[in-house]
Amino acid sequence: MSAGRKSGWRLALRYGVMAVFAGLYIFPFVIEVGNSFKSDPAATAHALDPIPNPVDLTAWKQIFGIGAAASVTDFPRWLFNSAFLSITITVGRVFLDSLAGYALARLQFHGRRLVFAFVIATLAVPGVVLLIPKFLMLKQLGMFNSYQGMILPMLVDATGIFLMRQFFLQVPVSLEEAGRVDGASIWQVYWRIVLPVVRPGLLTLLILSFQGSWNEFQFYEIATISPKYFTLNTGLANIVGGGLSAGNQFPLKLGAATLTVLPIAVLFFMLQKYIRPGGMAGAVKG
Amino acid sequence: MSLKDKPVAGTLDASASSAGRAQAAASPQVRSPRRRGPQGKGAKGTPPRQTGTGRLRRGEHLFGWLFVSPALAVLLLFLFVPILLALYISFTNWSGLTNPLSSSVKWVGLANYKTLLSEPGLYRQDFGTAIRNNLYFVLFTVPLQTGLALLLAVVVNNKFLRAKGFFRTVAYFPSVTSSIAITVVFMFLFQGTGVVNTILGAFGVQGPNWLYDTRGLFTLIYNAFGVNNPSVLVNHGFLGLNLWGWVAGPSLGMCVVIIMLVWTTSGTFMLFFLAALQQISEDLDEASEIDGATPWQRFRRVTLPLVRPTLVLVLVLGFISTWQVFDQIFLIGPLNPATITPAYFSYQISFQDSNFGAGAAVAFLLFCLIVFLTVLQRKFIKEDLTQ
Repeated sequence: MSAGRKSGWRLALRYGVMAVFAGLYIFPFVIEVGNSFKSDPAATAHALDPIPNPVDLTAWKQIFGIGAAASVTDFPRWLFNSAFLSITITVGRVFLDSLAGYALARLQFHGRRLVFAFVIATLAVPGVVLLIPKFLMLKQLGMFNSYQGMILPMLVDATGIFLMRQFFLQVPVSLEEAGRVDGASIWQVYWRIVLPVVRPGLLTLLILSFQGSWNEFQFYEIATISPKYFTLNTGLANIVGGGLSAGNQFPLKLGAATLTVLPIAVLFFMLQKYIRPGGMAGAVKG
Repeated sequence: MSLKDKPVAGTLDASASSAGRAQAAASPQVRSPRRRGPQGKGAKGTPPRQTGTGRLRRGEHLFGWLFVSPALAVLLLFLFVPILLALYISFTNWSGLTNPLSSSVKWVGLANYKTLLSEPGLYRQDFGTAIRNNLYFVLFTVPLQTGLALLLAVVVNNKFLRAKGFFRTVAYFPSVTSSIAITVVFMFLFQGTGVVNTILGAFGVQGPNWLYDTRGLFTLIYNAFGVNNPSVLVNHGFLGLNLWGWVAGPSLGMCVVIIMLVWTTSGTFMLFFLAALQQISEDLDEASEIDGATPWQRFRRVTLPLVRPTLVLVLVLGFISTWQVFDQIFLIGPLNPATITPAYFSYQISFQDSNFGAGAAVAFLLFCLIVFLTVLQRKFIKEDLTQ
C-alpha cells in the first residue's frame, strides 16, 4: 500500500500549501478590520494583533460623524457620492452597452463592421494614458469638477459592449424571427424577447460595472478638484496624502478602507457564480 | 485601477461565452410574448443562422444606428477625440489653465519629447528613473505572479482535494477590491513599526523603513560584496541616469508594490490556469502516471504544453498591466521617488507642475509602448491558435 500512502502525503502537502496561501490572502483584511477598532497609539504599537484590546471606536465614530471627533472628514458624503455615482453609471452602462451590443450582434446596418472595429480598437487603449486627454475634454466641454463630468465618460465601456455582443450572438436567431413574424417591432423584439434571455449576461455586466465604478480612482481624481466630489477612494487617497489631516491616523484610514471594500465583498460573495474569470482561457483558445 | 481592469476586462469574453452558451442551450424554453405553437416547435433544434435570407430587414439601418449611437458618441467624445487632442498638446506648451486650442498656447514642435529623451536636465533624469523603476517592477511582478498562479493552480487541481471553492474565492477576492484600500492596508503592514517588521524582528532581523527606502535591492547585494559606486558605471549613463543607477534593481519601496501586486493578481491568474488545467483529460494524466513519470516530468511533458496558450495570455496581460501601475504609486510615490512610474510621472508633471505638454508626451510614449505590447499579444495568441 505504499502508493496509497504516498498519495496521502501528497494530498496533505496540497492542503498545507492551500492553507498557507489562504492565510496570506485573508491576513491583510483581518489586520485591516482589526486595527480600525484600535486607538491610534495601539494600532502603531500592536499592529500584529488581529483582535483589538481594548476596542476603541474613535475611528468609526469619526467615519460616521458621531461625537466630538467628527467633522475632520466628510465620510457620509463620500459614501453617498460613491453609491450615487456607481449606481448611475451601472444603470447607464447596462442599458447603453447592451443596446450597442445587440445592434452589433444582430442588426444589419451600414457601417456596422466599422463601428465594431472601432470598439475593438478602443479595447486596446490603456486607461492610464487617458487621464490627461479626459481632463482636457472635460475642460473643453465645461464639465470639469461636476457630477456630469464624472458620470458621462464612464457611462459606456467598450469591454461591456463586446461582452454583451458575445451574449447576444449566443441567442438563437429563430427566437427573434418568431417575434418578427408575430409583428413585433425591432425595439419590441429586443426589449421583450431577447433581453430577458440574456439576463445572466446583464447580471455579469451589472456586477462588473458596479465593481469598476465603485473602485474607480484615477478618473475621479483628475475629473474633480472640490472635496464635495470625493468618493470613498479619492477621499481616502487624500487623507493618506495628508490633504485633510495630519498624523498617521491608521485606524481611521483602515476603517475607511474597510468601508470601501465592504459593499464589493457583499456583492462578490452573494453573486460569485456570475464572476468567473477562469473561463477566459477557454474563450481565448476558441 | 488599471492593473485589475485589464485581467477583468479580458475576463469578460470568458464568462460571456460560457454563460452565453449555457443560456443558448436553455433558450427554447424561454417565454416570448404571443408565442405560437408552430414557431415554438420550429425553433427547437434549428441551428442558429447568422444571416437570414428572406427575413424582413425593414428599419434595421435606422434602429442599428439608433442603438449604437449613444455608446459611439461617448466613446468618440471621451476616448477618440481626447487622444488626438492630447497628441496635439504634447507638441505645445499648454499649462492646463487656458483653452488648449486658443492662440496663447504655443506650438513647440518636438521640444517636449526632447526634454524627456535627449536634453540633459531634471525631466530627462526623472523620466529615465521612472522607466528604470517600472522596468524592474515589470521584471519582478510578471514572473512572480505568473509562477505563483501556475503553482497554486497545479496544487489545487486535484479531484480528491476539498475546500477548493473556498480557496478560489479567497484567492480571487483581493483583485475585486479597491486598489486604494489595498494600498492603504499594505502601507500599514510595511510601515517602520508595522506588521512585517514586527514579524522580521521576531527572527532577529531589523527591517528597513520599507516605504521610504530608495535603496535598490541589487545595490544592497553589491554592497554586501564590497562593490560600491564603481567609476566605470558611475561615469556612463543613459536617459540622465548613470549605469550604477540602472543596475540598482527595484528600490525597497518598489518591493512593497511588487509584493502587493503579486498578492492582488496571483489569485485571478490562478483561476485562468485552473480553467485550462480542467480541460486536460484525467486519462492523460493517469496514463502518464502509470507509465512511471515523476511529478516533475508530468508537469513538464503533460501539463505545461497544454496550458501554454493560457501561459502566454497571462504573461502578456501581465506585461500590459504592469506598465500602467498608477493608483498604488499615487499613494506611495510622494513618499519615495524610487517608486515613481511613467504613468504617475505623466500625472505629476501635468497636474502638479502644470506642464501638460511634457505630461502628454510621457503619456503618448507610454501609449505607444502599451499598444506595441498589445499588438504583440494578438500576434502571439494568433500563433497559438494556428498551432
